[in-house]
Amino acid sequence: MNKSMRWGLLIFILPVLVWLLLLIVLPQVDMAIMAIRADNEFGETGFSLANFRVFFSEPIYWRTFARTAIFSVLVTFLTFLITMPVAFYITKVVSPRFQGFLTVLTLLPFWVSELVRVYGWMILLRESGVINHFLIKSGILNKPVELLYNDATMVMGLVYTSMLFMLVPLLSVLENLDNNLIEAAYDLGGNVWSITVKIIIPYCLPGIVSGSIVVFMLTLGNYLTPNLMGGKNGLWFTEQIYNQFIASFNWNQGSAFGFLLLILSSAIIWIGLKLTRQSLGKVVQ
Amino acid sequence: MIRNIPQTKTYSQGFKLYVGLYFVFLFAPLLVTCVLAFNDSMFPSLPWKGFTLDWFTGHGPIRTGIFHDQINLDSIRVSFKVAFFVSLLSTFVGTMAAFLFEQEDFPFKQLLFFLMLAPLVIPGVILGISILLFSNTLGVFFETRMGLDVGLFRPGFWLVVLGQFSFITTIATLIVSARLKKFDPTLEEAAMNLGATRFETILHITLKFLRPSIIGALAVSFLMSFENFNTTLFLVSSQATLPINLYLQVRDGSTPVINAISVLMIGGTSLLALANLYFSKPDR
Repeated sequence: MNKSMRWGLLIFILPVLVWLLLLIVLPQVDMAIMAIRADNEFGETGFSLANFRVFFSEPIYWRTFARTAIFSVLVTFLTFLITMPVAFYITKVVSPRFQGFLTVLTLLPFWVSELVRVYGWMILLRESGVINHFLIKSGILNKPVELLYNDATMVMGLVYTSMLFMLVPLLSVLENLDNNLIEAAYDLGGNVWSITVKIIIPYCLPGIVSGSIVVFMLTLGNYLTPNLMGGKNGLWFTEQIYNQFIASFNWNQGSAFGFLLLILSSAIIWIGLKLTRQSLGKVVQ
Repeated sequence: MIRNIPQTKTYSQGFKLYVGLYFVFLFAPLLVTCVLAFNDSMFPSLPWKGFTLDWFTGHGPIRTGIFHDQINLDSIRVSFKVAFFVSLLSTFVGTMAAFLFEQEDFPFKQLLFFLMLAPLVIPGVILGISILLFSNTLGVFFETRMGLDVGLFRPGFWLVVLGQFSFITTIATLIVSARLKKFDPTLEEAAMNLGATRFETILHITLKFLRPSIIGALAVSFLMSFENFNTTLFLVSSQATLPINLYLQVRDGSTPVINAISVLMIGGTSLLALANLYFSKPDR
């Protein structure tokens, strides 16, 4: 019996180790090694921090980097603001008969490819788009305006893409929030604002943190939405990585950028977890 | 505030309005995309010029519908093939991982668990480039040391499958684990006391119990693979998957054929998502 237990462990652990080692650990190590190698003036490749020096000395790189980080934090915050009332409405306000239906309805659009959703926004917002058509027909505008290709539209697109990943954890924590807590606070004289800040938000913190981590990470690593909806003069950092790899074919430089993006995402997630006193293991459950 | 607390009319009406607007925001792009697939016009835009199925069934020379558009049909076929392999592989390894983390004990378990979660916090673009780099390193190694030219290490079909597999397996693991947590271990003990081996027990008892979650993991991995863009972007060769192919077309202008494909994708994914919801309900 004991022997078959050991065999079980071996059979279960083998595919898992192969997966994590070959597709996660070693590729990341390889990327880190690539990042600290560069050609010297004789055309030989060796250890060098030149790739990182380029990043800090060229404003276009680190500005894009900072821009991506700041916008990602903003998108995460906006996504939370927009979805929190919806999650609350579905779990606590609407009659239980519609609860399941509304939940499915909120989740359904996110099964559709991100590309289709971005494309939908493009045909709504562009100069010859549907919104311009209605604005001109109703006489509000007399000449079409380009609503695409600016930062505000890009942020909206990123929020739209991320809402699901905030909604799901929020729905599940709110589901477990005892209505009596809210009722008691109300009986003791609390109003909507104080109950939200003192009861609901603290209770939902694990869900908020886990949603924020996923949204932040996905926004930071997004390529499609900034590329198709963002302005031509405001790049996203993943576009810089793509350019290094595919256009300039400078894999060492690209790896250094990839490495920096990975550090940034881990650092901000770590800070977020520390500030809210959560742990990654608990948050993903 | 909640159901049983009375509120002012303005408050509850305002709340309703907000949620209504949210749903408009949520569905507007999808609805417009679908409607314009049937517009009798050369461009996916208003005004409405009448109903047509040309963008589905038209066969040239001016309007080629999706059913006759060879490039797009090819990419749909590639996407199906990739998603088929990714969902099978991810669910298989994910189920193994679920058993490993829920039922086994071994040194460094916590470390391995965090490693398993890592793909959730690594951006997809990074996974893509790191796998591209590593496969290239391996390819060069095999070629210079052993004189072997291994096709697997070059961008192409199998590298796309592996790249998507690398993070979708984490999702599959979490889906199967969630159900395995609820499993009553006395059932396994009873089976083993009655003389079943560990593997007979798993086959007849535990896997039966896990079936809804395994079906769920298959469906979710299939959808995630079918629509993946970020990781795939770095690993494709000339055999583009559907999202990559659509991206190239959307970037260089658009025709209502893209709307027609979107209609098919929206229909297909909704059906699969609803079917999954129905079949993976544990107490059916």
